[in-house]
Amino acid sequence: MTTVDAKGMACPFPVVEAKKAMAQAAEGETIRVLVDNEIAVQNLTKMAQQKHCAVSDGKTEDGNYFVEITLGAQTTVSTDEPTSCQPAPSGKTVVVLSSDTMGSGNDELGHALMKGFVFALTQMDTVPDTVLLYNGGAKLSSEVPETIADLKKLEEAGCEVLTCGTCLNFYGLTDKLSVGSVTNMYVICETMSQAGRVIRP
Amino acid sequence: MEETNKLFCKGGGCTAKLGPAVLERVLSRLPRPTDEQLLVGCESSDDAAVYRLTDDIAVVQTLDFFPPMLEDPYLFGQIAAANALSDIWAMGGTAKTALNIVCFPENMDLNILGAIMTGGSEKVSEAGASLAGGHSIADSDVKYGLSVMGTVHPDKIRTNNTCRIGDCLVLTKPLGVGLIMTANRVGQAKQEWFDAAVQSMTTLNRWACETSMPYEVHACTDVTGFGLLGHLREMIQPSYSAVVRADSVPMLDGARWCAEEFLLTAAAQRTRNFLNGKVRFAVDDFVLEEVLFDPQTSGGLLMSVPERQADALLADIRALGLPCGIIGSIVPRMDCDIIVTK
Repeated sequence: MTTVDAKGMACPFPVVEAKKAMAQAAEGETIRVLVDNEIAVQNLTKMAQQKHCAVSDGKTEDGNYFVEITLGAQTTVSTDEPTSCQPAPSGKTVVVLSSDTMGSGNDELGHALMKGFVFALTQMDTVPDTVLLYNGGAKLSSEVPETIADLKKLEEAGCEVLTCGTCLNFYGLTDKLSVGSVTNMYVICETMSQAGRVIRP
Repeated sequence: MEETNKLFCKGGGCTAKLGPAVLERVLSRLPRPTDEQLLVGCESSDDAAVYRLTDDIAVVQTLDFFPPMLEDPYLFGQIAAANALSDIWAMGGTAKTALNIVCFPENMDLNILGAIMTGGSEKVSEAGASLAGGHSIADSDVKYGLSVMGTVHPDKIRTNNTCRIGDCLVLTKPLGVGLIMTANRVGQAKQEWFDAAVQSMTTLNRWACETSMPYEVHACTDVTGFGLLGHLREMIQPSYSAVVRADSVPMLDGARWCAEEFLLTAAAQRTRNFLNGKVRFAVDDFVLEEVLFDPQTSGGLLMSVPERQADALLADIRALGLPCGIIGSIVPRMDCDIIVTK
């Protein structure tokens, strides 16, 4: 086992010295790096993990720290999602955005809240099946850069984004629709009737 | 650079800052000032102290000094001064006087000290302020900076935690100077990366501050030792969160490369530890994380402005010549202080 004594060295030198030793070492070999502070331990650990090496650390008898890096031996992390205990709702989840504001009281606040809501949708574990946008909601898919970007993310994740064509026309936004497709009242009505649940912020 | 200067730089600039966790613990035990004219003191994490003299005038006081982050003493003087002066502009003030703070080894070449102080005084002049004295002590290592006094109208103070929901966040300089200076120390920074980083660090925030004066800036801070995320976190209140759009964050060429090569500072890791649980990365990009945590010496201003003014402000800031961007926005309270997304 190669030992690198990086005690007394400030970051980034412990990492630089460890990388030099790793470049000389063979697959499966372990490098032991000695350092005198915990931050250096953490920076070495980050580097080793990013390079897919197994890494462990501890304290030495003289009060310093060691980090042991084994080349190319990262134990595979299980990517299995924890099983959810919540029963899956039957039918599709449909989000209805009928205004470019959320709630009533103050429109400036309401607009910020709506943008926050659409962003939060992108952060959920499961995306809705469909987002319907009508009346003032049509502005969210045609005029507001942030919500357009977030709706695109939802679309990429498999969500259908549908905006009312009548509404786009009414607001003069037909040419500006930037995400998803145009829909009509028949589809809006059908989608809502067949939904397992409808979410209206 | 001659070999004789080589002991000059031991990894300085804002990377030399004590970690935020350590600071909070010590400061929280000190008695609180009670003078009502002290408008901004140590109860917030603000950039400078502000004291009201009359209804129209308050003084802004700040100081900053650190060891060299590069080998050229003249550039170091310029950068240290630009960095120290910055806190005045972060508060929306005007710099008036500055005092030198100097630590210098007795047996070191005095020409080096002369070069440092020349660089510093040039920046004080450019700031429109007067260098009015200073204090020097013999020390084992070089440290330099300024104590600066400025003025501000008491109604126009730009505190750092008064963002409003819906605001856009404008950053006036690119990130990455900490990583590039670290790479430079180990001889791995390209000359053009180094030059761009130095240009950014020697640029006074005065120009960005003055450019932003016609705009409704709700909150402002400067990005220094705690990195973008550390300083953004100081802007956040329990009633709102911030979303950072990774693709819009201005970065110096080479910054990502340096992070990929793990030329990481201790300061960035301290901030990462401090912000554990307060920042959520919705994008899996280790290198990006390191750039967002990277300690900035003489970094840019981070301003929270109404969305309707953000594009115009950004265009004006961009005309000053440095990479800049609308890096995100203030949103209704989410699950943590800051969310970093694509």
